[in-house]
Amino acid sequence: MNVLFFGITKDIVGSSEISFSDEFKPVNVAELKKQLIESYPVFSKLNSLAVAVNSEYADDSVPLIGNEEIAIIPPVSGG
Amino acid sequence: MKKVIEIVDVIDTAEVYTELSNAKSGGICVFVGAVREFTNNEEVVALEFETYKTMALKEMEKIADSALEKWSLNKVVMRHAVGEKGVEEPVVVVGASSAHRDACFEACRYLIDTLKETVPIWKKEKFKNKTVWVSAHP
Repeated sequence: MNVLFFGITKDIVGSSEISFSDEFKPVNVAELKKQLIESYPVFSKLNSLAVAVNSEYADDSVPLIGNEEIAIIPPVSGG
Repeated sequence: MKKVIEIVDVIDTAEVYTELSNAKSGGICVFVGAVREFTNNEEVVALEFETYKTMALKEMEKIADSALEKWSLNKVVMRHAVGEKGVEEPVVVVGASSAHRDACFEACRYLIDTLKETVPIWKKEKFKNKTVWVSAHP
């Protein structure tokens, strides 16, 4: 399972994409966020942390199979 | 075409009038966002924008569609720039055309306000000796 990172989250993890092995693959969005915050505690200091699944905002209950396009969306600041 | 939705490297602010103008519209309203020289009394060297493009375009489509429906607009333009932009350079242009002015004024405000809330675009402020991701922290 691959996860894309943007903005400040890309700087925090030091990469625009991270792969999760099957062993550590989160089963849903809530689990993914929990794992990320455990690995990168500074994520919890951000104003917000959203997840997109197949380029749509996804709430915590959305299940993850592994073949989706998953992206971490830190606080947006366009305009 | 009722909608123009784009993410581009450079914005040409002269295009938007032609894109919005049409025989049914007595009102055309445009908002242009540009790079300001100072943020909290600190001199900005440049802003750098990055985006999750596929999702950003989808979110911009949703905003444009809801505005078209809510205010019965004739045309909508939403265009955002990415990359590094210097002081005074345009970074975003949104606009709407409608039969009468009230609709396009209200729609234009909705277009830019909602873009800033939901579209996955990120802005890094570059000062002389530091860089800051805007809105990232409380």
